[in-house]
Amino acid sequence: MTDVIDPPVIVAPGAPSVPVVHEHEEHHGPEEHGPSGILKWLTTTDHKIIGLSYMITSIVIFYLAGVMALLIRVQLATPASSFVSFQQYNELFTMHGSLMMYLFAGPFAFGGLANYIVPLQVGAPDMAFPRLNALSYWLYLGGSITMLLGFFVAGGAADFGWVAYAPLSSATSSPGAGADAWIMALALTGFSAIFTGVNLVATIFYLRAPGMTMWRMPIFTWNMLVTGILILIAFPVLTAALVMLFADRHFGTHIYTVVGCHTTAFAGHPSVPDPNACGSAVLWQNLFWFFGHPEVYILALPYFGIVTEILPVFSRKPVFGYKGMVFATMSIAALSTGVWAHHMFTTGVVLLPFFSLLSLLIAVPTGIKFFNWIGTMWRGQLRFTTPMLFCIGFLLGFLMGGVTGVMLAAPPIDFFTHTTYFVVAHFHQVLFATAVFAGFAGLYYWYPKMFGRMLRDNLGKWHFWIMFVGFWLCYMPQYILGLKGMPRRVAVYPSNLGWQMYNDLSTVGAFLIGISFAILLWNLWISWRRPVPAGNNPWDGHTLEWFTTSPPPHHNYTHLPPIRSERPTWDYNHPDALVISHGRQPGENGHSNGSSRNGHSNGSGRNGHGGAPGSPAGVGIPTGAAAEGEVAPT
Amino acid sequence: MFASVSAVDSPSGSSPTRRGTLGSGRATPRRASRRWVALGAVAAGLLLGGCQLPTFGAYKGVTTQGQDSFKLWQGFFITGAVVFAIVFFLIIWSVFRYRHKSDEIPKQTQYHTLFEIIYTVVPIITVLVMFVFIFVTENEVDALNAQSVTVNVTAFQWGWQFQYPGYDVRVLGVELQDPTMVIPAHETTKIVLRSADVVHGFYVPEFNFSRYALPGVTNQFDLSPVTTGTFRGQCTNLCGLYHSLMIFQVKVVTPSKFQAWIHQQQNAPNTSDSIAAAKRQIAQGNLK
Repeated sequence: MTDVIDPPVIVAPGAPSVPVVHEHEEHHGPEEHGPSGILKWLTTTDHKIIGLSYMITSIVIFYLAGVMALLIRVQLATPASSFVSFQQYNELFTMHGSLMMYLFAGPFAFGGLANYIVPLQVGAPDMAFPRLNALSYWLYLGGSITMLLGFFVAGGAADFGWVAYAPLSSATSSPGAGADAWIMALALTGFSAIFTGVNLVATIFYLRAPGMTMWRMPIFTWNMLVTGILILIAFPVLTAALVMLFADRHFGTHIYTVVGCHTTAFAGHPSVPDPNACGSAVLWQNLFWFFGHPEVYILALPYFGIVTEILPVFSRKPVFGYKGMVFATMSIAALSTGVWAHHMFTTGVVLLPFFSLLSLLIAVPTGIKFFNWIGTMWRGQLRFTTPMLFCIGFLLGFLMGGVTGVMLAAPPIDFFTHTTYFVVAHFHQVLFATAVFAGFAGLYYWYPKMFGRMLRDNLGKWHFWIMFVGFWLCYMPQYILGLKGMPRRVAVYPSNLGWQMYNDLSTVGAFLIGISFAILLWNLWISWRRPVPAGNNPWDGHTLEWFTTSPPPHHNYTHLPPIRSERPTWDYNHPDALVISHGRQPGENGHSNGSSRNGHSNGSGRNGHGGAPGSPAGVGIPTGAAAEGEVAPT
Repeated sequence: MFASVSAVDSPSGSSPTRRGTLGSGRATPRRASRRWVALGAVAAGLLLGGCQLPTFGAYKGVTTQGQDSFKLWQGFFITGAVVFAIVFFLIIWSVFRYRHKSDEIPKQTQYHTLFEIIYTVVPIITVLVMFVFIFVTENEVDALNAQSVTVNVTAFQWGWQFQYPGYDVRVLGVELQDPTMVIPAHETTKIVLRSADVVHGFYVPEFNFSRYALPGVTNQFDLSPVTTGTFRGQCTNLCGLYHSLMIFQVKVVTPSKFQAWIHQQQNAPNTSDSIAAAKRQIAQGNLK
């Protein structure tokens, strides 16, 4: 962005409900003079269009990976099915996992929603590095295509699982070009993620609007900040590990290979076997999971953020325990870098108590989040719109996945559930709850902002209920299968062990989920053909993005409400319903209109009204610079 | 060991079995009123009063190690179920109790310091107590004691070799042949686990145990079966094309029958090929 952006003008809360628009003629320039149509999408550096590109691409990937899941479930519906071959089966679950983990769940959240929403929530005109942002997207698209092209090379797509354990991923065991395509794809999307991480962190630190102190950032933005930092910790490790894997495969190094390693690999020299020159297969697992477990939270935290945006809006209350929530997010992130070896309990070469204890401790901040979410709904006025239903689906699904996760943190229990369907059920419930329930809650929630039109609520509810039933039907039987001893990643299973019934239930559930997503497509189509206008703020939203138009103009804001809390739009629209700072005061019980401002520090600057410099909250008004160093209200 | 620790916080000391004390003793409701504490106590009493807890879907464990893990599973299942029930109830209660009734704006409460402290401290204590049980059980399961028999298990794509050092006995089988490992009951067998190629997983569901076979790493563990029988084992870690078929059997027999089996194997003509030969056979497509 080379054009100079005028600072948004802050509108005082006493102003008319249709705020006085401070006209900036230049603002209408860039949008109209830039390219249009497909060229606009190809050349844009606008965070909103890049965000939409990310979301569209990742949802296409989600549908592809979903179809693969259905093929897997068809194969498993009968014990000795020959619906697909062993080789095709291995390719299917590898690509299903890789697409979902690397190309959907992460990019949809931190590439798509965060890209679109974070600059809006902090009142910024764009991301900090718009061109780097565009590069991120194109790397991501290139990486995604590279991975999918694996299906069309000799030997087929990668077939070693999404974790690519060495030495199965070596040139000896997986010689095909599909494996190389997989490695290349992850290198490309890994850089894409790193650049997005840089961009998110820089945007949140440096481009906040006047008044938007750190402690006034919405939780979604907080979570994206922490996610960005986690990306910067985790993804370089993956990329480095992949480079070494590639070197093993093509340059004769023996970093991960143990069998058949030699000291010399130069032409003309005889290879001399030397066990001391051998690498370590466990090294790959350590490096991979050092990326992989923070990655789980890179996938989860943005979705926690979405839920934390939606629950308060449809409960008509502020998020309960805002600061505790932020600290919980930070502790999850910190702990997540020290738990990677709980994926390796059964290797016999990790320090079990250490990783077990840290894994258990993650349950504490996660539990805090649960109580924050429940506390947010407590004594609210809950409106069960589609996004809200999806959030409740998330809460229940994530609760189940979380409880079984605590069981898996116990090595003796992990010993008999590891790499069985118990683990499959556990992490599918966790990831489905976050990336699908919460992710599509976010889609339903912000779609009106992105397109200025609503998705149909009744179709959304059909989507929810069918998916909700499908979710429980698909995954609960898998816990039982795991306890009965069915290993994951098997294409066939014996017919005499009573496993088929549970597999069939699971398959029915999977197809219900598939049907529910057909309804989503129909909903999107209807909304496109027969738009229902959304207006700027259809949900009575709390955060800044609901203050601007739907869709927002090129640089997002021409004017801003005063930012006195983490929900400036709410404060603007409901000046008599501000936050009560610290819980129940004696004698305050039964107070429900929320107009009390007793002991309420957020309100202290409000009457002084945003225009006056030196108002008690100390907001530097329209200076254009982020108000750094401001004392946050408590 | 497990039982002795759980006795410390067992609410009913006279209970004949202490299984599940972990769950009922620890997972007291966090935000709930005394009513819930009372309900929990009743539930705990019912659970402990019965002489046998349900298995909650898991195997009881054929080995002493597996039985230790199973007890931990019971405790964790109960703990998990109680936590699930409390949080589930709170969510469902909020959803039904506070559904939209009027357009009045509810009280804008954001903080409640006491609740926040409670729901931070109680989970910390809970997981620390859980960790104690984990630590104790884990040491039981992973302990290496004096063993009477050693079996060198080698996993390879796609089969198993069971070699009995000192006896010159070897069993080798590839996929669909299901090689059988014979071990004596009421004795401790040491398994020395290796891999000849990629990462495999040695998993016997009814032993409640699995361990990776890692190339370049030698893993050792004890199996102390308490009953005889034949139990199914399978590779759990994806190891390539025929991973699904890498099945084996573990036959637990009485010590005398074990000696007879060894003797019979020693006298039988040695038909078992090398792993390399078995792999060549697989490569040539001689599946089945």
